[in-house]
Amino acid sequence: MSTLTREGRATGDRRPRPQHEDQRRDRRRDDQVPDEGATPPGQGPDAGPLAEMGSPQRGRAVKDAVARVVMWGAFGVVMIPLVWILYTVVSRGVHLLLSSTWWTNNQRNINSGDVGGGARHAIEGTLMMAGITAVIAVPIGILTAVYLVEYGRGGLARAISFTVDILSGIPSIVAALFIYAVWVTTFGIERSGFAAALALVLLMIPVVVRSTESMLTLVPNELREAAYALGVPKWVTVVKVVLRTAFSGIVTGVLLGLARIMGETAPLLILAPYTKNFQRDLFSGNFPTLPMMINQDRGDIGLAAAAERMWGASLTLILLVLLLNLVGRIIARAGSVKT
Amino acid sequence: MAKRIDVTDLNVYYSAFKAVEGVSMTVEPRSVTAFIGPSGCGKSTFLRTLNRMHEVIAGGRVEGKVMLDNQDLYAPNMDPVAVRRTVGMVFQRPNPFPTMSIYDNVAAGLRLNGVKNKKSLDGVVETSLKSANLWNEVKDRLGKPGAGLSGGQQQRLCIARAIAVQPQVLLMDEPCSALDPISTLAIEDLVSQLKNEFTIVIVTHNMQQAARVSDRTAFFNLRATGEPGRLVEIGDTTKIFNNPTQQATEDYISGRFG
Repeated sequence: MSTLTREGRATGDRRPRPQHEDQRRDRRRDDQVPDEGATPPGQGPDAGPLAEMGSPQRGRAVKDAVARVVMWGAFGVVMIPLVWILYTVVSRGVHLLLSSTWWTNNQRNINSGDVGGGARHAIEGTLMMAGITAVIAVPIGILTAVYLVEYGRGGLARAISFTVDILSGIPSIVAALFIYAVWVTTFGIERSGFAAALALVLLMIPVVVRSTESMLTLVPNELREAAYALGVPKWVTVVKVVLRTAFSGIVTGVLLGLARIMGETAPLLILAPYTKNFQRDLFSGNFPTLPMMINQDRGDIGLAAAAERMWGASLTLILLVLLLNLVGRIIARAGSVKT
Repeated sequence: MAKRIDVTDLNVYYSAFKAVEGVSMTVEPRSVTAFIGPSGCGKSTFLRTLNRMHEVIAGGRVEGKVMLDNQDLYAPNMDPVAVRRTVGMVFQRPNPFPTMSIYDNVAAGLRLNGVKNKKSLDGVVETSLKSANLWNEVKDRLGKPGAGLSGGQQQRLCIARAIAVQPQVLLMDEPCSALDPISTLAIEDLVSQLKNEFTIVIVTHNMQQAARVSDRTAFFNLRATGEPGRLVEIGDTTKIFNNPTQQATEDYISGRFG
């Protein structure tokens, strides 16, 4: 990300803000010059330098105002659901998160209508699943992007790029069914947290590939040439210069991918049935996750305790993703391009 | 440590397009050779063939021979990476690595090739920055980002980075075209000093600059747009500027075209 802004500044296509303001004010002043059609351009007593070039400013001012209104309107439309969601989730869920057992206990032996227990099992499950998914998907995604940007030429690269496009268009439930067909039907292995993670890998790879790819293309070619001219082999250039320069952007892309898969529910429904117990085995048995906890309690939404748990689990999931983003931002900042 | 370059009958292609045709010349060691000529006449393209940087661009290839003393740069077993370690390059726009400090930029060539010894790196960084006339300006902020320097300082940083790997030859592709006159002067002074140690080839659009810094000058031209660039003549700078043998050279030097 920071490479982008740096480049923009370097090539000088961003002027400092005050200058823009000045110009706008100047044009407004010209606007008020009375339009004297009879006076030859440039010879009227008040004709400013811009008046000679005609005055299309009126039309532009209208367009500016319209664009402004539309933009702020769009902003408002986006903000309404965002604020609404956050308000609802926080107001209904926050008291559970403050209870003494939420972060330490599971839901074992607690009936849907009862209060008490916690979400520790689901938090751990979601983090484990996200972790294993990232461990598999991130290297594959980054290496694919490196191949496409730095090495790929011709047919193979085009085929891979096309495949990634298709992959990013696959609905999550289809990815889940594919894994089910391979994992359970063909190989006869039982459903598990790991099987669900495999489906999530399919969903995360295209996100990582596309975001990493765009970050790598942003790295100026001059840096690669500078490294080659020093007698640095290509692979070292890619690892130490290109990936290093794009690092913070790549981290951001990985986080976007993680945020996407952490709230994904369809693969969990099909491949990792919920349990109220702690479950640290990724390879067998049911597996608790926050989306599945939300889904479970939504089924008993008539019961006050279940409804509360649903909101509590939702807020917890939002906080987890937020926390992950914060951590990522800090890592990205530490490794970003400094001037 | 400076080597002679002998080029015989070199053609350069980008895929099917012939960019440069039939260049033969000798570049003398411990001297500055300037390439001048109108835009698109193949000076930069030819320059890049002297350290095989043209191969970085898809479809770039050459026919002909380039000898560095007794080594054939295009021998089948010659590693382009090794060629570039011997023949360094400075580019048109200063391009320090944005993620690295001033120190790391200068040390980059050695570090990326596996040198870890802190003491020897310290020494190389200091001597390189001193050779590039930059040491006094940056010695108190070696840990600061290289991209924070001014344009002229960045270009000298890039020169320091290039000479830190101890090349035999230094190629400079319009190194001053993005700089102001003061920084240009600093680079020109530097070039005159560096020629005591290195063989220097400099491409420039500025004929005064060629006249000021170079010992020998090569004039490139092309017959028409779309035709390959050719070497018109090469000789001592004083001769090329005062008494060229070719009419085209005289026309270009006297500003009749280009």
